[in-house]
Amino acid sequence: MVLKIRDVSKSYPSRSGKTQVLQDISLSLGAGESLALTGDSGSGKSTLLHLAAALEGFDSGEITIGDTQLSTLGEAGRARLRQSQVSIVFQQFNLIPSLTVESNLSLHARIADRRDTGWEQRLVNQLGLSELLHRFPDQLSGGQQQRVAIGRAMALRPALLLADEPTGNLDETASEAVMELMLDLLKDSRAALFLVTHSDAIAGRLDRRLYLRKGRVS
Amino acid sequence: MIWAAFLTLLSHWRRHPFQLIAILVGLALSTGLWSAVQAINAEARASYARAAEQLGQAQADHLAPRSGRQLNVSDYVALRRAGWLLAPVLEGRVGFGAQGYDLIGVDLLNPPPLSLMDAAPISTGETGETDISVTLLPPGQIFLHPDTAATMDPEADVPPIVTSLAVPRGTVIADIALASRLLGRPEHLTRLVILPDQPLLQQPLADVAPHLVRIEADTAGTATERLTDSFHLNLTAFGLLSFAVGLFIVQGSVALGMEQRRGLFRTLRSLGVPLTALMALLAAELVLMALVAGSLGLTFGYGVAAALLPDVSATLSGLYGANVDGSLTLRPVWVLSGLAMALGGAALAGARAFYALWSMPILTAPRAGGRIRRAERSFVILAVVGATMILGALLILWQFDGLLAGFLFLGGIMLGAALVLPLCLTLLLRFGAKTAKGPIAEWLWADTRAQLPGLSLALMALMLALAANVGVGTMVSSFRLTFVGWLDQRLAAEIYVTVDNDDQGAALAEWIAQREDARALPIRWHDTTHQQAPLRIYGILDDPTYRNNWPILDALPDVWTQIADGNGVLINEQLARRHGYGPGDRILLSDSWNMTIAGIYSDYGNPNGQAILSLPLLLEQVGPIANRQFGIRIRPREAAQLIQDIRNRYDLPPERVADQSTIKAQSLSIFDRTFVVTDALNVLTLGVAAFAMLTSLLTLWGQRLPQLAPIWAMGITRKNLARLDILRSLLLAALTACFALPLGLALAWALLAVINVEAFGWRLPMYLFPSDWARLFVFALLAAALAALLPARKLEKLSPSELLKAFANER
Amino acid sequence: MNARGSFTRICLYCIALLAVATSAHAQGFAGLGTEASGFAVPERGAALDFPRDHGPHPAYRIEWWYLTANLKGEDGADYGIQWTLFRSALAPHEQSGWASPQIWMGHAGLTTQRAHYFSERLARGGIGQAGVTASPFAAWIDDWEMRATDTGIDAMTLTANAPAFSYVLDLEAQGPLVLHGDKGYSVKSQSGQASYYYSQPRYEVSGTLTLPSGPVTVAGQAWLDREWSSQPLDEDQSGWDWFSLSFESGEKLMGFVLRGGDRNFTSGTWIAADGTATALEPGQFAATPLDFTSVERRSVPTRWQVNLPDRNLSAIVEAVYPKAWMGTAFPYWEGPVRVSGSHSGMGYLEMTGYEPE
Repeated sequence: MVLKIRDVSKSYPSRSGKTQVLQDISLSLGAGESLALTGDSGSGKSTLLHLAAALEGFDSGEITIGDTQLSTLGEAGRARLRQSQVSIVFQQFNLIPSLTVESNLSLHARIADRRDTGWEQRLVNQLGLSELLHRFPDQLSGGQQQRVAIGRAMALRPALLLADEPTGNLDETASEAVMELMLDLLKDSRAALFLVTHSDAIAGRLDRRLYLRKGRVS
Repeated sequence: MIWAAFLTLLSHWRRHPFQLIAILVGLALSTGLWSAVQAINAEARASYARAAEQLGQAQADHLAPRSGRQLNVSDYVALRRAGWLLAPVLEGRVGFGAQGYDLIGVDLLNPPPLSLMDAAPISTGETGETDISVTLLPPGQIFLHPDTAATMDPEADVPPIVTSLAVPRGTVIADIALASRLLGRPEHLTRLVILPDQPLLQQPLADVAPHLVRIEADTAGTATERLTDSFHLNLTAFGLLSFAVGLFIVQGSVALGMEQRRGLFRTLRSLGVPLTALMALLAAELVLMALVAGSLGLTFGYGVAAALLPDVSATLSGLYGANVDGSLTLRPVWVLSGLAMALGGAALAGARAFYALWSMPILTAPRAGGRIRRAERSFVILAVVGATMILGALLILWQFDGLLAGFLFLGGIMLGAALVLPLCLTLLLRFGAKTAKGPIAEWLWADTRAQLPGLSLALMALMLALAANVGVGTMVSSFRLTFVGWLDQRLAAEIYVTVDNDDQGAALAEWIAQREDARALPIRWHDTTHQQAPLRIYGILDDPTYRNNWPILDALPDVWTQIADGNGVLINEQLARRHGYGPGDRILLSDSWNMTIAGIYSDYGNPNGQAILSLPLLLEQVGPIANRQFGIRIRPREAAQLIQDIRNRYDLPPERVADQSTIKAQSLSIFDRTFVVTDALNVLTLGVAAFAMLTSLLTLWGQRLPQLAPIWAMGITRKNLARLDILRSLLLAALTACFALPLGLALAWALLAVINVEAFGWRLPMYLFPSDWARLFVFALLAAALAALLPARKLEKLSPSELLKAFANER
Repeated sequence: MNARGSFTRICLYCIALLAVATSAHAQGFAGLGTEASGFAVPERGAALDFPRDHGPHPAYRIEWWYLTANLKGEDGADYGIQWTLFRSALAPHEQSGWASPQIWMGHAGLTTQRAHYFSERLARGGIGQAGVTASPFAAWIDDWEMRATDTGIDAMTLTANAPAFSYVLDLEAQGPLVLHGDKGYSVKSQSGQASYYYSQPRYEVSGTLTLPSGPVTVAGQAWLDREWSSQPLDEDQSGWDWFSLSFESGEKLMGFVLRGGDRNFTSGTWIAADGTATALEPGQFAATPLDFTSVERRSVPTRWQVNLPDRNLSAIVEAVYPKAWMGTAFPYWEGPVRVSGSHSGMGYLEMTGYEPE
């Protein structure tokens, strides 16, 4: 199993005491598998994704990535895990505006000290970015930026690829193309994909599908 | 509607209190420093005016003896009896204990028009009732400032003291009966102030006292004015610099406040608030802030000025002999100018933001893309403007002379360099990124470059502050080094003696001549004028002391032989520069006496012309001159004994027989107090620059998160990010400091070689002090680190959920 | 907050101390009623000796040479001039140089029918700026001078010079000196304060006044008073009204009222046409104010009823110019007067110690 979530609960402190965001969530995801997480807004989709990405801690239960139990890690350990095992594609793309496309693309892999230029070249070709390598993010269209964001995530060859509404900022045609690409690349990399979306069309293209309602899986 | 719109606009600050604080503090700091300098200037000027009035120079003409002649009490009486209404003044130095003071004796029955008569209230004598017979009859009373009184040696034999805030510091005023007793000059006067209302009938001056000359009011004391003017110009320049540095803070914050409210503006306009009304509301908001900040700044400035004024007064009296009162009065002009500066500064800082608002279309959103490259393009434009200014400054220096040209050059080069800075930093950062090893380093360089548009103003401020530090520091240190060396040369004799009268002088010379181990060098001079300016001609005896030690700048061959033979004259640098004299030129020393200039020597701390020639020649040309001062050469270890001997033999007070080291120590202590003010302003300016950086970093904070969050998501801890943030500030500060160094040296050069020559008439060699630069470099890094510390701490403590907001869909 | 500094206070005090003809304070005026420690005190019976006593008496605290003149211009208008040299000693000796304790003060006044001018000079003795010599007689301060052209004081020239006016006058005595009181010992209060006091009341005067409007040739009569003492007033006397009147009959009257104390003290001297003087007993001479003039915030009597029943004198004395105010450091009223009633003539009136209201 690449990702194993067992009985995880998460709450945020709020004015009226605590707000329970996730309650007793359990799921698992093996290498090469893909899982779509859907649900209404505010149902806790993004939070679950952030927990799976080791970005945030949780109250109870356990999350295991590879054979690492997240509850045993401190901030530094979680950071190391993110560096090497997990990459994320955000809805906002969140490219580094001061770096060129090329640097953005290789950044995560280089931080993890796992650069594979052959794989990178392949990604560039497949994502159609070869003309754009020396541009800066703010000189790109939304679809182009998202392709860079996917490339950056894939360049790491992560065990776990997380995506939060990766096509939410794109029109239908563009989002279709981006999804296509992502799934293609996934096949080559054997990574597990955990994707948050509200689009049934996209969810339908993945292996499995989970629906989150008020912090619980249904 | 307008009120509602105004409140809506103001609500922004409730959510961004730090921006508001930055604007207020920035404006307050700049107004404060500027006002402080203005207050100091105004106070000093008022003090000069007061002092000049006190001495009866400002409003009244006076009579003084022609050169070489004396003014006697009998001349005064003769003139009085010939219908001249005059106030006699007797001036001199008087020692009480080890301290010397300027003593001004006036006839309390016929005082000069003393403005201090209308001045501040003072404490009267112990009994409350002043008894004239106490003041006029022995032992009499002396009037002095409480601060001066505090310096009096309690052991010394001092007449009864009456303190008065109206008396200038360092000055002692007494009735002329006491003054003439203290100075031992019962028969003499220094000058006669011509009182304002003269009677109908008067005998001509030429009939009564042909040896006196009438000196017009406005020509008196102009030398001091010129010198002190340059000092005040210096201070003003510093004040403007601080003001500019402060404005950088404000500009950034105002612009940010506008930028962040663009959406709000758009909404308000869509709701029907006309653009003009919106502009007016924003202007009202800015005026409000300027007034609040201006008032804060005035308070701050008043405090700074009050703290610095005593040092300024010490500086002015030490350097130029001008007396400035150490106390500060609140002047309406000063308050108004301070508020005006605050308003003007706010307007200046807000101008760009207002223009942007004016030209902002109602609906289209601001272009989000290409912000960095747009900023970098504007850097190029700035750099072109800056380079033009630098060129212009060089052109001015090349084409024009004078103090103003010097300051224009300084201003041009400083501002020009500031404008060029962002481009230079961009290029350097680009270069740095190329050399970067590893993704984090690469990101750091790139991210630093991305930060530059937001930080450039603060960095300009930092550079100006650093350059001012380097420049002024180099100047002061060079000045000091030169001055010390010069003192060593000039004060070559082991003992300096001043005796009471010429007979004693002759006896001393004879006595020393009998000793095998000592030589007496008479210090004798004749005061005259050269081209309407005072000139003091010293007559010297040929002695190795001069040949070996005198600080000659430029001379004909065998200069000392020529002097000894009476064939040449040495002149000081001031005189040479003023009239463009060089070795070999002829100089007219009196109507019928001209001589060849054999050489030029350096002479610091003296605004007037000086000449040195052979004593026999001087005596032959001008007749008898005083013979009361001597330098005595003796083996150093025997100096102390000889000092004792001379004191006993001629019954001289200690200050009249001084050894070389005491004189040097005194000179240096005066010198060192001189630059306390500049030091303080330096530190303040640097502080303001650090504050500018802090506010810039904090205002950039909101924009930083979306850029930091992905890096964090890629597995860089917040702690590391915080460290990198500090590193980034250090990097920028270090690069800025690298640019500030050459600029500071250019500033120092301009101060030493241009400003000094124009203001004082001497050029100082420039010495470099790399250890000072290293220290300053550390200070710059420290300032940057301090400025970055708060944002970095904030980043380190930031909760992940805050960072995650950067990814949130709602954004 | 006091608006002035100690210099002012001292300078004013200088002048205050010297002010002879002046204001009412607890201690007589300006210290003139204070104990005269160290100073000589006038004694009855000590004969005056001339020319020695024309000169200064440094052992006494206060002394003056006081000349007033009623003049008529070629234009027919009345003029009056005053020339006074005061000596005030801080210590009862003289010393050369600035350290001299003898302080001199000169007052010069010139009154026309429509205006009054005055000037003031200060000097200390010891340096020659001011002083008096007995023989040949000369009294001077700066360029102001009263100088004998012969032995004694019968023939003199008098000059004063100020920004607004100046005068040069020749004086020719027409009679003997008059010794007041008991051969020159003049009592000034019930408790016996006294001064030495003599006069030359009859000078013929001619000369030139220079006014802002130009020079005027004048002629008339002058009266010189000499007085010295150390404590001329009783402690509670506040001021005086002093009259010197010259009647067309050739007779003259000097009379004064010293105000304050239990009651006013009056005294004076009647001088017959031939110069014989008769001292008046205290209380014989009476002067009552009739009309007041407001000048410099003070109400000053400028019209008087003067009575001397012994001589059947009942006259009105009226100021030629009622605002003849001497705005000197210590101010007083001094100006020419006209006399009408039982006797008619001209004279001078001096009034001191009128305080601002």
